[in-house]
Amino acid sequence: MWNYTDKVMDHFLKPRNIGVIEDADAVGEVGNIVCGDAIKLYLKLSEDKKTIVKASFQTFGCASAIASASALTEILQGKTLLEAAALSNQDIAEFLGELPEAKMHCSVMGMEAFQAAMQDLQKKFPELELPAVAHEAQGEERVVCQCFNVSEAKIREVIRANNLTSVEQITHYSKAGGGCGECIPEIEEILADVLGKKSPARAATAGLKTNNLQKITLIQELFESVIRPGLQADGGDIELVDIDGDKVLVRLQGRCAACHSAEQTLRLWVEAKLHEKVSASIIVEEVR
Amino acid sequence: MNDDVIYVDNNATTCIAPEVLQAMQPFLTRYYGNPSSIYPFSGPAAEAMRQAREALAELIGADGSDEIIFTSGGSESNNAAILSALQTQIGRRKILSSVVEHPAVLNLCRSLQKRGYQVDYLSVDSQGRIDLDEAKALINEETAIVSVMAANNEIGNIYPIYELAELAHAKGALFHSDAVQSVGKVPLHLRDSQIDFLSISGHKLHAPKGIGALYRKRFVPFKPLIIGGHQENGLRAGTENVAAIAGLGEAARMAMRDMAGEGAELCRLRDRLESGLLSSCPDPQVNGDPSSRLPNTCNISFKYVEGEAILLRLYLAAKVCASSGSACTTGSLEPSHVLRAIGLDYKALHGSIRFSFSRYNTEADVDTILQALPPIIKDLRELSPFGRQ
Repeated sequence: MWNYTDKVMDHFLKPRNIGVIEDADAVGEVGNIVCGDAIKLYLKLSEDKKTIVKASFQTFGCASAIASASALTEILQGKTLLEAAALSNQDIAEFLGELPEAKMHCSVMGMEAFQAAMQDLQKKFPELELPAVAHEAQGEERVVCQCFNVSEAKIREVIRANNLTSVEQITHYSKAGGGCGECIPEIEEILADVLGKKSPARAATAGLKTNNLQKITLIQELFESVIRPGLQADGGDIELVDIDGDKVLVRLQGRCAACHSAEQTLRLWVEAKLHEKVSASIIVEEVR
Repeated sequence: MNDDVIYVDNNATTCIAPEVLQAMQPFLTRYYGNPSSIYPFSGPAAEAMRQAREALAELIGADGSDEIIFTSGGSESNNAAILSALQTQIGRRKILSSVVEHPAVLNLCRSLQKRGYQVDYLSVDSQGRIDLDEAKALINEETAIVSVMAANNEIGNIYPIYELAELAHAKGALFHSDAVQSVGKVPLHLRDSQIDFLSISGHKLHAPKGIGALYRKRFVPFKPLIIGGHQENGLRAGTENVAAIAGLGEAARMAMRDMAGEGAELCRLRDRLESGLLSSCPDPQVNGDPSSRLPNTCNISFKYVEGEAILLRLYLAAKVCASSGSACTTGSLEPSHVLRAIGLDYKALHGSIRFSFSRYNTEADVDTILQALPPIIKDLRELSPFGRQ
């Protein structure tokens, strides 16, 4: 159910400052039609290029995206660039009273539109000395969430700017992890790192350099926690016989031993799990 | 019913019909006896269940009421049928389903994949149609069960379940259909079909939530999902929800009686809405297969605008309750899997609205929507950075 404050509804139904500023000094565009929301922000500055005299926007998105963009233009108008550069997405949320947590990414997108406009301004006026934007994502541009194209830097920034403590919150604020969910373990790691905690997920993530002893321990853990319970649920079982380099020797038991699709179980289930969690080079072999 | 709103979201759920409520009432008050008890006080409960079973069997064209197992609803029925097939079809570990199934089947299949079962999903074309040749190629001696919905909840497409059931049986596989959107809206003929299992949900046809049924063709092997008491011939344990079952029976009787005329009226309302919107809104696009759709369902996209914003405005303007396939309304940040499966352009994907009618909608409802919606689309288009020359 919709759960918007009166102020959000007011800005959704009567958005302020909509449309294009034809002679804008800077234009910032974020989001796209694929993701389901986008903001285009136009800024007109004073003669000395220090103060925002006019801001306007166009938005494709839900009620809170429209309200966030409208709020952003209201906040920006009359502010100096120095003042504006210190803003965060929380200022948009506070201006609107409150945004439902699942919609906080709309406020984040609003601030990103401003950051994009600042970059555009610098490009158009290279001689200007612009204030550093306080909450711009810095550093690692590697994309973590492929579904919504969210970088590691952005994830780190939303965690810091909003004091986030869970993956769910990170999804609400950045959309990261909200699609197929495959990147959730990685988001967990980033969160743990920002919070200065050791991540329990780290050891179990594929692709990390592990020594032989760690690899063997990990395989043993996977057998006990995932693989055996999975087969036991279908009346079967599996024994880990030996590990020789990348070769994992197993013996099928119970119903699995007599099952004519045992080969498939080994490839599609046991081997696939080990590829996912340990290493793509593992080969599972059945010992009879 | 509630006259405060224009409710056109009947594929999500329906109101309880007044006749249904009336049929339920005695079992919520006076006749509270356990239908399994032996004294005459429990007689009316047992009798109501017997009649409901018969009405439901008749509605879906079953051979007999012994083929009806009452359950808690569509999700339970889907789980019961598919999980049973995996136990009774010894040595077969493959499932064939489709990409447009309801999450009730789709997520069950995904969880089974994690447990080592192989699941193939039939693809759909740009109108949401499946290809029987693809099904034929994917069903083989390892297939335990084929599960394809009778009609799609989002775009309303009706699928060729009778033909699919024959293809399944040709390779020794069982066939199940999630028919919660079809039952009560379009006629079903299970008696002479090859369909083994079919899921029914009460709240989609004006009975309450939390009641449904599984049709299981006589003699088809079945392992119960819920084990315990002897209820439902030992096929589904748990003291029966007598009042809800009586309600479902009444809903089935009403559907049986009114389906033909009602279908034509729903079609008329739907077509009036569709043609009205097509001529009054910029860049509209109807989703689904116009030649084989449920009579009550209209799924239409408005390019360059977003569904949640449309719905909220539409509710504030005219108290219209409808739904959307946009990312902001699915609860998952991703737009509808059905609309993505038909390859709908992203420009149109987030601006999709589904209107689904029931017997309680009127022409006045349609006209209210036709009046309220076009200016909303126009407003939101003006806000949008996309779709300009």
